Parts: sequence; structure tokens; C-alpha cells
Amino acid sequence: MAFSDPPVLQIEDLRLYFRTQQGVLHAVDGVSLNLRRNEAMVILGESGCGKTSLTKAILRMLPRNVHTYSGSVKLNGQEVMQLSDEEYRQQVRWVQISLVPQAAMNSLNPVLKVGDQVAEPLLSHYGIRRSEALERVAVAFQHVGVPADFIKRYAFELSGGMRQRVAIAMAMVTDPDLIILDEPTSALDVLTQANIMNVLKRVKQETSTSFILITHDIGTSSELADRAAVMYAGQIVELNDAEQFFVEPLHPYSQKLMASVPKLRQTEEPDFISGQPPSLLDLSTGCRFAPRCHQRFERCESDPELLPAGRRQHVKCWLHQNGDNR
Amino acid sequence: MTPTSETAQTHSANGAGASAEPLLSLRNLCTWFELRRWGFGRAGTVRAVDDVSFDLHAGEAIAIVGESGCGKSTLMKTILGLHRPTQGSVIFEGRDLSTLDPKELQWYRSQVGYVQQDPFGALPPFMDIRRILGEPLKIHGTMNESERQKRIYEVMEEVRLTPVDDILPRFPHMLSGGQQQRVVIARAMLLHPRMIVADEPVSMLDMSVRVEVLRLLQGLQRTHNLAVVYITHDLSTVRYFSERIFVMYAGEIVEQAQMDDLLRNPLHPYTNALLAAIADPDPENAHVFRDVPPGEPPSLVSPPSGCRFHPRCTHFIEDLCALKTPLDFEPEPDHRARCWLYQDPPVAP
Repeated sequence: MAFSDPPVLQIEDLRLYFRTQQGVLHAVDGVSLNLRRNEAMVILGESGCGKTSLTKAILRMLPRNVHTYSGSVKLNGQEVMQLSDEEYRQQVRWVQISLVPQAAMNSLNPVLKVGDQVAEPLLSHYGIRRSEALERVAVAFQHVGVPADFIKRYAFELSGGMRQRVAIAMAMVTDPDLIILDEPTSALDVLTQANIMNVLKRVKQETSTSFILITHDIGTSSELADRAAVMYAGQIVELNDAEQFFVEPLHPYSQKLMASVPKLRQTEEPDFISGQPPSLLDLSTGCRFAPRCHQRFERCESDPELLPAGRRQHVKCWLHQNGDNR
Repeated sequence: MTPTSETAQTHSANGAGASAEPLLSLRNLCTWFELRRWGFGRAGTVRAVDDVSFDLHAGEAIAIVGESGCGKSTLMKTILGLHRPTQGSVIFEGRDLSTLDPKELQWYRSQVGYVQQDPFGALPPFMDIRRILGEPLKIHGTMNESERQKRIYEVMEEVRLTPVDDILPRFPHMLSGGQQQRVVIARAMLLHPRMIVADEPVSMLDMSVRVEVLRLLQGLQRTHNLAVVYITHDLSTVRYFSERIFVMYAGEIVEQAQMDDLLRNPLHPYTNALLAAIADPDPENAHVFRDVPPGEPPSLVSPPSGCRFHPRCTHFIEDLCALKTPLDFEPEPDHRARCWLYQDPPVAP
């Protein structure tokens, strides 16, 4: 990968707040990250930390009760926040970024044949003939390991694992720069999970697509990730290379998250994180993880920033901000 | 594994048997479902549970592991008395479930707690927690209102849903997933059961609270000397909980052993595949493809002949596996596998 290329995705201070009856909910609160070509980034965090809202903010799939939607999203160096909704739909969605939504296997249309469904983005965005589109669907199916004759089947005729593969085929059929996968394996059995992760690895090797993988399953995420981002209460608290992150995470929250995973091949007892994540409605001024943190000290009364802690590491924690970095 | 605690009491209606007597035993249990065409014509049989036998003693925790569609939920529902066995029997404290009259069945239900998979789906959305927990006591008990309240507070403290007064008036949607699952566990514990059946109790929860809920169940099991049937598809959570593991595939138990034995030395090719499919957090994972068997679990209407795993098996033996159903071999003491590889004398592959 060439370092001179602009990043595929460059997010600066992205914010997405919702209006609710109880007040303003800070679902995505100033997220910044970069993603290079053919890189896979996993976004980890507990439920309610804003992982799915972040995908919605990137893909501009917004509900009606949006309070604030601001920041900068650049795709291949080009700012997309200024585009109108229609321009965004035509130029970005499914052309540059596509999505495998949560529970994708249950999101297929029951009255359409899966082949037609997977061909839909090609027909609507590129206006090519249906027969030609179906040929490209067949290629995509081959990539993800769905037998070619499944093109004529309906979703209910396929098993969960096959439907998930179809959803992945649908995301990659337009050859986008970035595929966002929201919990791609969480509803599947372990063997099917492993199969799907193999499929994603193969797609990553054979194409130049970048991936954002949203999950709370740390074990599975290590199967694909080059980079890891940990979200807590709407913010990214750690950005790190997978090589370091899965061995020795930096932020206290990441460490606790890692320690909570039951491991098959190790005997150390997993531990849980006591307490609950803060409500995104009224947030404290200090570090948001401080109430649950085992290493908190006086400085945690004020909020640290996400600052570099190494060449490719960023941490939002006072423990790692001693001034020994730039 | 079963410390004698002061709080461990026997709440049995008819007095517990000796400890050597199993609390629950399944004898050649089969639960089949008839498929009907146009309402009355027969279209085949789904053999969801086929010839399953095991014993469960008081205070013992066992795990049943398998993929979805392998029959583990049907097995659980048969144990709970929600399905009638087609053949064989479920024996609880020496009494066959099929011989119990409705009143005795009600007693049986008070002896067996059920922890559902999806806590939100298992709690009625229109009832507050106080009412949800009061209901079983009203149906089963002879308690008056104040005794009921006392018991509810006791159980809530035990599952650490505190402050109790704060939580009782709430509705399920006002609680977090972990708290909801604690309510479900509290409800299962209300009637002093002697056995708990937990169907994937943590699969819907966040990683960070899974261990907490598993430890809670483990603590309850030890203090009350409960028998636990833990059903899951995730072998990595089994390690912290069960003593014996049963691996199910296509309606049959294909391997059974003590937990350590099974994880250290899995015998059946299917168990091997299950273990190989689990990823522990490790950056090396991204560079290797996982060795998993192709294909999907078979249809239970017409399962493969011979060994049901043979179409996906890497150790397939020509002229044997597809023709003859493997017997339950015991290649090592207390470690059994239904696989021709362990035939004595061994067959040449």
C-alpha cells in the first residue's frame, strides 16, 4: 500500500446527537479516525457506546430526530459532508461505501430472488442491463462461496450462513472502496462464524477494499483486523495496531474489555467490568470512564484528549500523556 | 465442586434420595416431530432428539454444546416437560414425567428453574418487576402477601439487583441487558428449585457482563447445591462453568467427557472442528485461514445414513461411516465418542 495515497476514509470530529424526550443524546461525540486502502479496522465497545450510530453517521442514514450532525468525512481525499442527500446517494452510498447491516441475514427481501436483490445496487447506480448485472452477481457469489444456482432462490430457502454470505456479496458487488460490517457474525453459530470470517479474509486478500468491522466479539474481530478502535460513551478512547492491541492494549477500558473475554486456550479467569456505561444524555465533564476505572487519579476530573502515544497509537487517557510524545 | 454450605437446603416435596441416586436421568430419550401435509397426511418425521441418555446428580453442572438446529433446545424443552418424549423417558427423583398428573407436574415445575436465552423476550413488557416476580409465588405458593414480598427481596438481594426498592417498580425495558437477565435468574430461583435449565443465558449479553452473569449462576449453583443444565454453542464459556460436557450433533450426543478431558483431548472430529473454530483474541488470527468443515448441519427429516457427520468429516472411512451408525465407544475411561475411529480393535483408515 502506498503511503502517498490519501486515506480511503478520513473522519474529523464527527458528531451525531439525537433529540429525545429526556434531552440531547450524544451518540457520536467527536470521533476522528483514518483508514487506509485495504486496511481493516475493528470498532469495539459495549452495546450503547455509539458503534452503530457511527456507521449511520458515516453513511448518512439518519433518523428524523437528529439534533446535531457535524464534522468532516473525507472519502479518498474528497469531502462528502457538503453533498446534498441526493448527490450523496448517487455518488457515495454503495458506490464508494457499502454496508452489511446488523442481522443482515434477516434483512433480505422475502419476495425477491436473492440474485435480483444483489443486482439491485448495480441496476440503480450504474444503469447496466439486468443480464450483465446478474453476471457480476455470479462473480460476487463465487467470491463469497455461494453456489451459482442460488441466484434464483429466495432468502427463506437459504440457511443463516448462506444469507449472510449473500448480504456480503451485495455489499461487494459494486466494488466499493469501503465495506462497513455491523456485527456480521453475532447471530451465527461458531462454525458458520469461522466460515464467514474466512470469506472476509479472502475478499480482503483478493481485492483492495477497506473494511470497518463493528463488533463486541473481540476474539472474532482479531481474525480480520489490522487496526483496532475502542469506543466508550460515544468517543474513541484508543486507536491502535492490531499487533499491539490484541496483546497489550493501552487504555484501562481496553484492558478490562480484553480481560472480560472468556478464552478457550488459556486458564486465566475472565473478569467483568463492574458498573455501567454512563448515560449518553447527561455526561460528566471529566473522563467518561473514570467512575469504572481502576487506575483513576485526580487528573481524571478533567477530560483527557485522544493524543498520540506512539507512532501508530492514540489513547484518550491521562496515564499515557506524560509529554514523552510529540 | 459441591461445598457443603450452611445455606444449602433441601426443599424437596418428597424428600431427596441418596446422593448416589441421580436427580434427573434421561433414558433413550427421543423427541420427534411429525411433519404433516394438508393437515393430516404424513410428510416425514423430524428427529430433533434421538436416543439421548444421561444422568445428572444434585449439585452437578453439565453443558450441552452444539450448533443451532442440533436439537439442544428441543432436548431442553423435553426436560422441562414442554414437549412429550416420543420414546424413552425423563426421570426426575425416580419419577417418570409422563406418569405425573397435572398437580404433580406443577410440583415438578417448581423444582426446575428455567433461564431463557433472550431476557427481554422472556419478561412480559407490561408487568413491572414486582409483578413478574410475584406471579410464580402466587401460582405455586401458599404464601401470603408479606411473605411473598419477603421472598422477592431475598432473591433480588441474592442476584444482586440492588437497590431492590429502586428496581421493583421498573418495567423490563428500563433495565440493562445484564439486569434483565438477573431478573430472569431471580424468577427461576424464587421457588427454591433443585435444578436450573439455562438456555444460552449469556449469548444476548455484552461481553463485559457475560462473565458476571456466569459467575452469578455458578455462585447460586454452589450455595444451593443446584443441578444445572447449561446449553450453549460457545465452548469458550463452558470452561468456567460445567463439570461435564455433552456435544450434540444432528439430534445425537456424539461425545461426552469431563470438561478438562474434552477441551484437552477432544476425540470426535466434530468436537475438534468446534474447538478449532473458536478464535481467542490474537493478532496472528488475521494471517491464517481457519480450518472449518464445509457445509451445514444436516436436515433432521432425512439425516445422513450411518454417522450423521460423515459428509463433513475429514476422517471419513470408506465403506463404513456412510453405512453403519457408529456405537458409543469409550476409548478412555469416562470419555465417550460416537465415532468409528475409536472402535476396538481399531479400523484401518
